[in-house]
Amino acid sequence: MTPNDFLPVLITFFVVGGFAGITLIATHILGPKRYSKEKHDIYECGLDYIGDSRKPFSVKFYLVAVLFVIFDLEVVFMYPWAVNFRHLGLFGFVSMGIFLVILTVGLLYEWKKGALEWE
Amino acid sequence: MQGVMFIVLALVTLFSALMVITRKDPVSSILYLVLTFFCFAGFYVLLGAQFLAAVQIIVYAGAIAVLFLFVVMMLNLREPEAEEGKELIPIWKPLGYAVGIGVGIVFLSYLASSPGPAIPPLNGGDEIYAMGRADFLGKALFTDFILPFEIAGVLLLAAVLGAVALAKKKRV
Repeated sequence: MTPNDFLPVLITFFVVGGFAGITLIATHILGPKRYSKEKHDIYECGLDYIGDSRKPFSVKFYLVAVLFVIFDLEVVFMYPWAVNFRHLGLFGFVSMGIFLVILTVGLLYEWKKGALEWE
Repeated sequence: MQGVMFIVLALVTLFSALMVITRKDPVSSILYLVLTFFCFAGFYVLLGAQFLAAVQIIVYAGAIAVLFLFVVMMLNLREPEAEEGKELIPIWKPLGYAVGIGVGIVFLSYLASSPGPAIPPLNGGDEIYAMGRADFLGKALFTDFILPFEIAGVLLLAAVLGAVALAKKKRV
């Protein structure tokens, strides 16, 4: 895998970006333009909106995001382990087991603290 | 080819990084930050660190960007213009310049003293680029670096405990 092998990835980026960009430009040029107050309003599922979206959100959302990042990182460590599972054998299994036990303590802690519940 | 890619990536990175610190709206700052993270992933690919590139996108462009968004949503940043003109601390700006110039000097002196670029040679062959693959990393991680790996687990545990202890409302 040299950087040249990532050429398809680059092409995908350009195709995706190009599709999005061309769609935006094409609708801007080709589409009819009829403006009204309702069209320029914020879309809020058909309801009248209250204020704008720059409101302080509850810290509960932040807790969910932090826990997501932590367990995201845990999974990242499992990729290099999974592709070497046969090669590492029992030693790799046990060391990953210790790692998972350490993190499961954290999971149990937040479970018991009620961090997984939405109050 | 790789030289051209590097220059293009570097220009996009510098542009998006500049946009991050000059936008008034914090949400568009974060979107440019995500673009910067993607560019970093491109650099990792050029350096032969493919797994790190994937992790960069998963963790930074995905998870860390979400964290930044939540910080913006939790802080009340509706009217950043209102604070303009009066600075919180008068020494703020010179302090920022001083830190920036200091870090720049450190970086430049490091670059000047380093033996050479850590970039793999352009025609270095597959074995150099194989080092960045997930299986190579896994072999190193689970043999020579097994203790740091387990310590990383403890660090993540500490992060879980800290996050829950700080953000969780105490049960009445």
